[in-house]
Amino acid sequence: METRSLTCIGCPLGCQIEVMMNERGEIALITGNTCQNGEKYARKEVTSPTRIVTSSVRVYGSKTGERTVPLKTASDIPKSKIMDVIRDLAGVSVPCPVRIGDVLYKNIAGTGVDAVATKNVD
Amino acid sequence: MERTEYNLIIIGGGPAGLSAAVAAYDEGERSILVLERDTRLGGILNQCIHNGFGLHTFQEELTGPEYAQRYIDKLEERNIEYKLDAMVMSLESGKDGMKEIMAVSEKDGLMLLSARAVILTMGCRERSRGALNIPGFRPAGVFSAGTAQRLVNIEGYLPGRRVVILGSGDIGLIMARRMTLEGAKVLVCAELMPYSGGLKRNIVQCLDDFGIPLKLSHTVVRIEGKERVEGVVIAEVGPDRKPIPGTEEHYDCDTLLLSVGLLPENELTIGLGADMSRVTNGPVVNESLETSVPGVFAAGNVLHVHDLVDYVSEESAHAGVCAARYIRDYGGEAKEEVKRIPIEFGGGIRYTVPCSIDPGKVEKYLKIRFRVGDVMSSRKVVVYLDGKSVLTKKRRVMAPGEMEELVLTEKLLKAHPDLSRIEIKVEEDA
Repeated sequence: METRSLTCIGCPLGCQIEVMMNERGEIALITGNTCQNGEKYARKEVTSPTRIVTSSVRVYGSKTGERTVPLKTASDIPKSKIMDVIRDLAGVSVPCPVRIGDVLYKNIAGTGVDAVATKNVD
Repeated sequence: MERTEYNLIIIGGGPAGLSAAVAAYDEGERSILVLERDTRLGGILNQCIHNGFGLHTFQEELTGPEYAQRYIDKLEERNIEYKLDAMVMSLESGKDGMKEIMAVSEKDGLMLLSARAVILTMGCRERSRGALNIPGFRPAGVFSAGTAQRLVNIEGYLPGRRVVILGSGDIGLIMARRMTLEGAKVLVCAELMPYSGGLKRNIVQCLDDFGIPLKLSHTVVRIEGKERVEGVVIAEVGPDRKPIPGTEEHYDCDTLLLSVGLLPENELTIGLGADMSRVTNGPVVNESLETSVPGVFAAGNVLHVHDLVDYVSEESAHAGVCAARYIRDYGGEAKEEVKRIPIEFGGGIRYTVPCSIDPGKVEKYLKIRFRVGDVMSSRKVVVYLDGKSVLTKKRRVMAPGEMEELVLTEKLLKAHPDLSRIEIKVEEDA
């Protein structure tokens, strides 16, 4: 039996979760979580860890003089792809106005996930 | 010059001010003005572009600007008046219980305002290098983590390429990741205390994910470089938090970020003459989040520094409701006698908000928030009313970096009609 300890990141409580794996590398028992999301997170974190990536890119033509717009991946992407997402965003510049939820980069880093704006910029 | 009168003026249009305004409106108050000194509403959330906000409030994981927009939309839907670029210069008690405010803005010039009630939601600011006494010259390249956050996320500049971070507060951790993603090399994060002041998930996602070492019980003892930071020296500290000679380590870097604590921004509160807490650096408040000056309420980071915006919104909504009720009841029949039972605390609790309770003023329930002074495990929080244990909450782990809360129900308080003592203690849980 192998035990993996992780800190849940689903919410700021940061529960300490223990995941016991059996000989076949399957999850045998999850303890320490205080909600369903914690169990889901633990399952995912030991099998295929993912992250939502947030960053910002340049804007042009802002009436209010803004220089950047923040964005996020619309859903989580494999942890191993974080730097690929960031590389795709290098040099990207988008025209204003931008609304929350506007797609700023389609299928980023080949993840099948879009990067979307998280702020309104006029 | 004539004074413009409102029932309620809210100073600060960040998460606390927005939530207070919306809650006061929903409680029936219609004469509300929000004063914000920045050029947009939302406060510090605008530069907090990372996710993790709103899980409690919206059951969704939002970024800072998205969370702010939810509340800005609520404000706009209700047509609540606000002024941007408006800086409050002074707040004073005037005649007949009115509060007088002097504010300036480029658009409106000097404004003299008065209000029945005021909610203080000015937030906090960062402790700076000056507060730390680190020897060395004053080279470029020393930034507070929040300044660096603004430079990267809003202005679009990268403040340095090789970075050392002092302090493991959340903004420092968030910036460790942000600088890394923007191409900088973050060498180390040093923390004076034997534990991190930041949330665990930030240590996981911002340091561990990128292999950035966290050195607990370490501090910066020297900043090298005259024009620009050229390096910093980090040393281990003993239990007395003094550097241990011989443990110094040099790091070649061009930037030092400081994430060494937040200070509630209370110049206006002190100017008003409200009683202050020496622990939180915020005003002393009762169950209605009302300061020692009647009709002046406080909520959010100006009251005590929070870890979570969701709790700021919740606390501020309570202040908004209480302020609206204060205005509604103002000038009514002689009020019932005000009872003020101080909350006594012990067992490692550093402070509580509120500091006192009038049980008759508690509707449905009251949330008491507090922090402990040290990392503790296997504890229980016990509430005593007149010496009798009435509530026990088990806590596996308690840490100074994570705010605790307790709920006292109206029912529980009503069950003790002649209540005179309220105590909250952290005890060993056998």
